[in-house]
Amino acid sequence: MELIQQLVNGISLGSIYALIALGYTMVYGIVRLINFAHGDVFMVGSFVGFYAVTMLGVGFVPALLLAMAACAVLGMIIERIAYKPLRNAARIAVLITAIGVSLLIEYVTIYLRGAQPEAYPSTLLPDRNLELFGVVISSQSLFILGTSLVLMVLLQFIVHRTKIGKAMRAVSHDAEAARLMGINVDNTISATFAIGSALAGAAGVIFGIYYTKIEPLMGILPGLKAFVAAVLGGIGIIPGAMVGGLLLGVIESLVSGLGYSLWRDGAAFVILILILIFRPAGLFGKNVREKV
Amino acid sequence: MATWKRTRGFWVSVILAFAFFAVVEWLIASGTLNVFYVNTLFFMAINVMLAASLHLIIGITGQFSIGHAGFFAVGAYASAVMTMKLQLPFAVGVLTAGVAAALAGLIIGVPSLRLKGDYLAIATLGFGEIVRIALLNIDYVGGASGMTVTHMTTWPWVFACLFVTILVIANFTNSTHGRACISIREDEIAADAMGINTTYYKVAAFAIGSFFAGIAGALYAHHFYIIQPSNFGFLKSFDILIFVVLGGLGSLSGAVVAAVLLTIVSTFLQNYPETRMIIYSIVLILVMLYRPTGLMGTKELSSLFKWRKAAQGGMNHGGKNTVA
Repeated sequence: MELIQQLVNGISLGSIYALIALGYTMVYGIVRLINFAHGDVFMVGSFVGFYAVTMLGVGFVPALLLAMAACAVLGMIIERIAYKPLRNAARIAVLITAIGVSLLIEYVTIYLRGAQPEAYPSTLLPDRNLELFGVVISSQSLFILGTSLVLMVLLQFIVHRTKIGKAMRAVSHDAEAARLMGINVDNTISATFAIGSALAGAAGVIFGIYYTKIEPLMGILPGLKAFVAAVLGGIGIIPGAMVGGLLLGVIESLVSGLGYSLWRDGAAFVILILILIFRPAGLFGKNVREKV
Repeated sequence: MATWKRTRGFWVSVILAFAFFAVVEWLIASGTLNVFYVNTLFFMAINVMLAASLHLIIGITGQFSIGHAGFFAVGAYASAVMTMKLQLPFAVGVLTAGVAAALAGLIIGVPSLRLKGDYLAIATLGFGEIVRIALLNIDYVGGASGMTVTHMTTWPWVFACLFVTILVIANFTNSTHGRACISIREDEIAADAMGINTTYYKVAAFAIGSFFAGIAGALYAHHFYIIQPSNFGFLKSFDILIFVVLGGLGSLSGAVVAAVLLTIVSTFLQNYPETRMIIYSIVLILVMLYRPTGLMGTKELSSLFKWRKAAQGGMNHGGKNTVA
């Protein structure tokens, strides 16, 4: 029973990682850039949700939508200002810029509102415990899982059934060829950033409800772990990010369950290094040979 | 005479360095420099060592590593264990710090050779975090509350370590091995095709870079009385990265100058840490947008002087500005 309990906790946590990882994977798939600022977009989403609830007094769904909208705009601004001018620059320059953007978001947030943590209101979602064959499932984790699943299905729909999704797939396959076929590459990249960031914003609100405590530097660790999840599933592959996120959440919960809760954060990075060594393309990826 | 002409710059620098050492030693002994200035000076030297050691990995070999605080932490804790737990002299502590960090560099360097660019960056970042989390969980070194360390870092120690660091890294860069590392930075596949053992040189650069980061860690630990795992998070890694990037990816003197200047800036902004980080990040973004090779590119300060012209090619890599 203990094992199943950990599994349930792990899946709730994993669905948060999966939501953040989707943004990483989409952005990486389209511009080959590790968006370090993604974890901070997640943090901003969490705060937007928090202020929407405490100051505007709205419920869960409007707070979630507000956070997603705010993050989508933020993601597009980041892309336009920081990444677009560097589209043909060396990879190292882009990576350093991403680190700079990440630090900027973190410390501007601290500058604006201070570094003190904030507690999410617990009344946002009904908190009841369901007992199923000895396993305790809180209604909150069901809500979290449900929201994540709805968003993931929505994303699959956008990517596979809409025009912009088709454009995104085309650009990620070959940006130059897509441009020749009349696709507006810049707009497609902006849309990718907007969608990815909106998912991170949603994850931020969900994270706030799940963990209660939010603070300006909270984006770093979940951001990195979501990246690990994206690499685990094969970076650039959307189903890979979902599976990677869920898998990472479950592994972390199992590590905690075995009594090594302090090593939990370490486990994610050990997995990362192992996967990079033994299967750099990720679980779902194919190996691509580099041409000289 | 020809040899003198070629190595004149080197000997002038050495003499200048020792003159600087003597002047500072005299200033400290006479009490002209108060504790605040001495602290800043030591911190500057430690940052210069960190910047120079990371420069060897990123600037020369083109291996994008952002877990340098991990090696720094390994050095700090290794030396602290030597001096505080085993009661060995400081010299042993410093040496152990370097060796331990170099071993850590080998451990991370060997497997991560299969990785490039972004993936290597993330793997090293992960390594830095693993070190921090491990230190947090080892009760022998005090866990989260850290270790108290006696003050043993003195100006001669700081100067000697700094001098050796700069000397070794500058000379390594100009040697056959350094050339091989630069060729890996420019194009790894081409370097491999030219018969350069890329694996060997990448690991060597990692090991040497982390060796000196470890020594910097030993100086740091024995200067600040207490070391805690939280001092070695990735904010520290980013700090070091910023020195190297702003100074110029591929310029040793650039990294050194950036480390010195930014240490002064951050000392003055000590009471406004948020402002400091905002300025840092904006500068970082602007430099990357408008001058992606950093302020100095691959040029060295010495190439500004006329008399270096005779010995062109010393540390100036023909002005080619490609990194990674």
